[in-house]
Amino acid sequence: MREISVNEIIPVIRNLCMDANYNLGEDVLDAFDRGIEKDESPVAKEVLKELKENARISREEQVPLCQDCGLAVLFVELGQDVHVTGGNLKEAINEGVRQGYKDGFLRKSACHPFTRKNTGDNTPAIIHYDIVAGDKIKITLAPKGGGSENMSRVTMLTPAMGIDGVKDFVVNRLKEAGSNPCPPTLVGIGIGGTFERSALLAKKALLRKIGTRNPDPEIAKLEKDVLGDINKLGIGPMGYGGNTTSLDVFIEMEPCHIASLPLAVNINCHSARHKEAVI
Amino acid sequence: MGGQIKLTTPLSDKDLEKLKIGDKVLLTGVIYTGRDAAHKRLFDLIQQGKDLPMDIKGQVIYFVGPSPAKPGQAIGSAGPTTSYRMDAFSPKLIELGLKGMIGKGNRSPEVIEAMKKYKAVYFGATGGAGALIAKSIKKAEVVAYDDLGPEAIRRLEVEDFPVVVINDTKGNDLYVEGAKKYRKG
Repeated sequence: MREISVNEIIPVIRNLCMDANYNLGEDVLDAFDRGIEKDESPVAKEVLKELKENARISREEQVPLCQDCGLAVLFVELGQDVHVTGGNLKEAINEGVRQGYKDGFLRKSACHPFTRKNTGDNTPAIIHYDIVAGDKIKITLAPKGGGSENMSRVTMLTPAMGIDGVKDFVVNRLKEAGSNPCPPTLVGIGIGGTFERSALLAKKALLRKIGTRNPDPEIAKLEKDVLGDINKLGIGPMGYGGNTTSLDVFIEMEPCHIASLPLAVNINCHSARHKEAVI
Repeated sequence: MGGQIKLTTPLSDKDLEKLKIGDKVLLTGVIYTGRDAAHKRLFDLIQQGKDLPMDIKGQVIYFVGPSPAKPGQAIGSAGPTTSYRMDAFSPKLIELGLKGMIGKGNRSPEVIEAMKKYKAVYFGATGGAGALIAKSIKKAEVVAYDDLGPEAIRRLEVEDFPVVVINDTKGNDLYVEGAKKYRKG
């Protein structure tokens, strides 16, 4: 049994909040470059250049990429041989988020659903735990903005709708979302499981790096096909018209009930922020 | 798509009539911020026949909730928020003389109709480019609803603030025309 103190966990979370909001991943920057090179629309090229410049400023000046610094979504893989000491893990994570959003000058976006009163410190964090083998804790922080989250959907297809049904639903979702989720977007798709499981799979899919494919060849092909169809819609960066509507499509799939075909589409804006740390 | 035009706020009908969708505009002068909660309060004041905290005639409202300013900064990151959430309130403000809105994403047919009828435009700013956009904001001060934090109404002094015309005074829509041009199959 390895002991890990909450005092070790809090600063890691704090730093992840700032790191994720200031430093856009190289995979996203490379995807901007491909769009600048290939998009047929001059306006699209200009928007993508602005996004690159924005990422440069953010990294150099250590200021948030976007004013929407998101709700703090965390995936925690807790090794079963870890014993957390000195406090409660959930409280430690929330304390790390509290410190990170305050010290990093990040916007606090958590509020009461009806009164809209801000909680003031961006807590509670949205935490997904997984108990895994080993004696380490792996923490992935993925701040999630509201604009693209609002365009996301879960649906329960009939099994007969199959792959074509999935394709149609996802492409139509992106079409209807149009300019709202800040294209170019990343699209996370969860297929199977139950109602809530599909949504979690879709969210997890967004943690993948651009260009990585699902190991199942049939699903990898579906990812490419859906991306191709989305980019034929013509929406383009910011919806001003162009061929770079989405930068990639990631699918995660699990078995489901014989009566169901759950499908979740989680859209992420181009501020595809996620950083991880292992303690 | 059109050229690049410099405009100074407050905006006049004459300024707006010449704008076409896709035009790049650089705005200089004073603009006001407001998003969901502030719009709701403004709307309630109008319903009650009370005065607004600022004169909106000829003005521009920027749909934004900035991140906190670091020491030495005028404002934190300040990109646009999605505009459809303000659709229920915008037509009334346009009727009262609002001339411009800055945001991102589609507007409702009611908002587009109001822009046509009373001569107003909807500008798009690059969503997610908050750090870059903040460079063109020289000063920011809260003028109302401080309790709303990032959603308070702020008076911004901007210089060459970059926007694109999404809806002009003729009822055209860049989102519709742009996608039409690049759609395949």
